[in-house]
Amino acid sequence: MRLFIYYFVFPGFIFASVVGLLTVWLDRKVSARIQWRYGPPWYQGFADIGKLLYKEVIIPEEAFGSGFMAAPLFGLASVTLAVTILCVSFFGMSEGFIGDIIVVWYLFAIPAIALIYIGSTSGNPLSSVGVSREIKLLLSYDLPMIIVIVMIASKAGSFSIRAVMEWQRINGSNISSWYGIIAFAVAIFCIQAKLGRVPFDLPEAETELGSGILMELSGGVLAAYELSKAIMLFGLPIFLIILFWGKGIIGGVLMYLLIVVLLILIKNTNPRVRIDHAMKYFWGWMSGAAILAGILAYFGV
Amino acid sequence: MDILKKSFKKSIWVFHLSTAACNNCDIEVLELLTPRYDVERFGIKLVGSPRHADALLVCGSVNAHAKPRLLEVYRQTPKPCLVVAFGSCGCSSGIFRDSYSIVGPVDKVLKEEDPDAKIVYIPGCPPKPEAMIEGIIKGLEAI
Repeated sequence: MRLFIYYFVFPGFIFASVVGLLTVWLDRKVSARIQWRYGPPWYQGFADIGKLLYKEVIIPEEAFGSGFMAAPLFGLASVTLAVTILCVSFFGMSEGFIGDIIVVWYLFAIPAIALIYIGSTSGNPLSSVGVSREIKLLLSYDLPMIIVIVMIASKAGSFSIRAVMEWQRINGSNISSWYGIIAFAVAIFCIQAKLGRVPFDLPEAETELGSGILMELSGGVLAAYELSKAIMLFGLPIFLIILFWGKGIIGGVLMYLLIVVLLILIKNTNPRVRIDHAMKYFWGWMSGAAILAGILAYFGV
Repeated sequence: MDILKKSFKKSIWVFHLSTAACNNCDIEVLELLTPRYDVERFGIKLVGSPRHADALLVCGSVNAHAKPRLLEVYRQTPKPCLVVAFGSCGCSSGIFRDSYSIVGPVDKVLKEEDPDAKIVYIPGCPPKPEAMIEGIIKGLEAI
């Protein structure tokens, strides 16, 4: 029963989707203010989801129907699980388990894999271009982020969320040191790519591929995808807070807002990159910076 | 169900479709997204795929070449959806009405495919942005 409440109510599905959809609103509102527009009302995210649930679901003729319907739900379920594991440890409701950082990072990868599945099963040529980009993007941002995670975990001496937070409580936050700042910059860009936002929105490039990988999604299927993206927008900053800040709820909320605003600013000040640029960027500069941060961490700077 | 229906009115995603338009209306549509008119405050945004759309914004007097495309996009759009016949050409084929290649205004073509199609007419050459906002809001009340 307790696990049920954790998963579905707090801090799982309902809590995460409400906060996530409010963050989606924050994203759109701040973007609008940056462009001198007024922006949507606070309930916009909820209205979008409600509207999509009201609409008809169209399954393309070429698509494999049940897989097409089920894949976004798999994505949604795994993202919710990831957020639950993160928040339960963060709020101190449970001890967690060894290796939960790795489990959470790979649970966050499942929506992308579900999306790859949908895109390739929908039988649309533009979707398949989006699929190839999504696969390349998934491979490219994983490398620097894994280096950062391994670095922080080896600093704390354990792959458990509780241990990382405990280590930071005793020795000071990771972000207050040079290696922490470099690793944080790397992680912010990896998260931006994981959320599929500008400048790394190439799989769903709206003006170029006509929504690319999402092109054939409609109604409730799209709603499940949008919801999982909103929950990711809540979960991934929490993941960064655990890795780099690790203390207290109030500081955590401020840090959360800071990370979200950073993500919004990156989104609004950059054009979309090409896929080869994105791969060069992540495998070259970002991995290099992550390794540099690892070296600095080894010497304790 | 009622709240879902209500949220439909608060979040309209528009797919912009040009069926042999002179490009004047197409330019005018972009004005709606600028800071001055900013339709995002009503939850309206442009999307790239008809599968995501709640409203089809059809500009232009439909010619024989564009007709099957218009019908195909209409079939691809999940229902319920609103069709906006946009500009003088969209409403009545405008000055091109008697041309050899014109097969009729938007409503005539769509009624062949779906007699119950919900169509809003926004006249003008091109319509003013205020007229577009008002037209879409009136159309939503009709749904």
